[in-house]
Amino acid sequence: MLEIVNLHASIDDNVILNGINLKVNLGEVHAIMGPNGSGKSTLSNVIAGHDGYDIISGDILFDGESVLDFPPEKRAHLGLFLSFQYPIEIPGVTVSNFIKTALNEIRNARGEEPLAASPMLKMMRDKMKVLEMDKGFLSRSLNEGFSGGEKKRNEIFQMAMLEPKIAILDETDSGLDIDALRIVANGVNSLRSKENTFIIITHYQRLLDYIIPDFVHVLFNGRIVKSGGKELALELEKRGYDWIKKEQE
Amino acid sequence: MKDRLSAFYWLHETQFAQISSNLITSQRRKAIDIFETEGFPTVRNEDWKYTSLKKLIAPNYVLPSPFASFDEEEQVEYKDIKKFLVNDIDCYQVVFINGRYSSWLSQTTHSKYDICTLGSAWKKYPKIVEENFNKLTKDDGPLVQLNTALAWEGLYVNVPKNIVVEKPIQVLYFTTGSTPVFNQTRSLVILAEGSSAEIIERHHSLTNHETWTNAVDEIQIGSNSSIHWVKLQHDSPQASLTQHSKINQEKDSKAIVHTISTGGKFIRNNLDFSLSGPGAEAHMFGLTLGNDRQLVDHHTRVDHIAPNCSSHETYKGIYDDYSKGVFNGKIYVHTDAQKTAAYQQNNNLILSEKASIDTKPQLEIYADDVKCSHGCTVGQLDEDALFYLRARGIRLKEAKALLMLAFANDAISDIQHPSLRVKLSQLIGRKLGVDMSTVL
Repeated sequence: MLEIVNLHASIDDNVILNGINLKVNLGEVHAIMGPNGSGKSTLSNVIAGHDGYDIISGDILFDGESVLDFPPEKRAHLGLFLSFQYPIEIPGVTVSNFIKTALNEIRNARGEEPLAASPMLKMMRDKMKVLEMDKGFLSRSLNEGFSGGEKKRNEIFQMAMLEPKIAILDETDSGLDIDALRIVANGVNSLRSKENTFIIITHYQRLLDYIIPDFVHVLFNGRIVKSGGKELALELEKRGYDWIKKEQE
Repeated sequence: MKDRLSAFYWLHETQFAQISSNLITSQRRKAIDIFETEGFPTVRNEDWKYTSLKKLIAPNYVLPSPFASFDEEEQVEYKDIKKFLVNDIDCYQVVFINGRYSSWLSQTTHSKYDICTLGSAWKKYPKIVEENFNKLTKDDGPLVQLNTALAWEGLYVNVPKNIVVEKPIQVLYFTTGSTPVFNQTRSLVILAEGSSAEIIERHHSLTNHETWTNAVDEIQIGSNSSIHWVKLQHDSPQASLTQHSKINQEKDSKAIVHTISTGGKFIRNNLDFSLSGPGAEAHMFGLTLGNDRQLVDHHTRVDHIAPNCSSHETYKGIYDDYSKGVFNGKIYVHTDAQKTAAYQQNNNLILSEKASIDTKPQLEIYADDVKCSHGCTVGQLDEDALFYLRARGIRLKEAKALLMLAFANDAISDIQHPSLRVKLSQLIGRKLGVDMSTVL
């Protein structure tokens, strides 16, 4: 589904990604862990098509097709979703209108008819129930005045509505208390299927108590230096990142 | 141009004397004298430093007047103007075509309050007009003086004590004809103690010729009264507007003025408040969307005269192509105006290398116990915000439009009628080349 081949990327002449190789298949959940500054957010931004980075070499393939030349919206149309670490506030545009716009843009790009108002609303209500969100949420301005937890829940709500094939969750657990974490994790788990895949980017192991990954990768200095099963996350939790750093030196 | 205008006055002085009282005639004469002495302001005048009138005064304008016979070409039917009306809100409606009142397109009233035209008020209510006309404007600059000398029509509103005008007053000034036209429009709005009214104002040109409307408004707001005034400046590309609006507020009154400048060739707004009674509250919101070679100049002035008054000003501008903006916000806190609170904000987005904005806050404070703040910003669209929207599948152009709407939101969110807000958003969307009907 998603394949990253020997990817090197830089920002303002600082090389951040140093040869990333990663293959993600449908139905899998991958966790990418790593200390601060290891390149986690850069990796998610580059996959989603942020144009602030220079791709030095390597490739990103969706279903075998290179997407390096595709703008972010086209990647979204192909089924990519990025849950942002810092969602943007957009006053004057309600959550429901924003999601409606995004969903219909994606449908339009795929040659599908826009979804009518009442099935859209029903879908929103169903998804909100899973995420234990209040109905009043829909008419609030997007992310404006949202608490950290509300922003993250709203990201997962958008993900639930847009039904991506590949979802990248960038530090979704940061700023969440334990209840919010559980709700967000339940939301993600309810979406897991054989038709999609999740990449969970996190500094800590605790989200992985709720969303059990199939694979855990450790990112360090812009490279994946270790891969393993879910037990790798537990080991990192216990031992921290220092031993990884030492191994690399 | 200057000579033609004064010649026009002198040629018609006896006729002007017939439409209004002697007192008004003497004021007209004083005004034309000032105009003749001063002439049109030039960029050497500090208030016109960034805005030159040179091109605006160049065309060979026709000056409509009540003394000229009605021209066939001025005939306008409902179907021609329908799209400029806010139709889904029940309104009083006062319509002018080339400055001439159009009764068949209007809906006025004299029942509980007077909503009619200055042209009829000169005759019907000479005393009230004399008491209020030119009261706020007599020391103003030459464009205002020119209007005082030559104006003959415009909106007249007089609301007695403790009366609420039940529905908004929609006032529309249309310009038409087969030549360039220069109009003077003049409105007088008087709200007695404890009353309130809402005005939606629009100027629109129906011709491809150059038009210029030089408008002056005098608004008296009694104690405990309130006014909400929405100015829609979405005119055609050949139309220009210079407008001086003067508002005097008495004790505990409240005024909200929205100036939405999205069309037209040349717009100069002077919006002046005198907060002369304690506890008066003025709110100004401005939204400017400039493109092509448009010029939009906002000059605001708030005179805090009495204590305990507040003024709140939020102006947003988005400038593209070769458009040019000017913002000059003056806050003048007089010696006695203790406990003044004055806030001013001017934020701008510049979308092209050739667009520009000159923004200048001006605070003069002569009282010592006041809270004043001002801020202006000039910037571009936030790249990270754009990325967020695009990562959700929203195309670049739509994403930009959404961010611009979000940026503009503060300036229109206080407009009371949801349908007017939606209409505005759609209009803004169209201006940005995006169908906003699905977004808002």
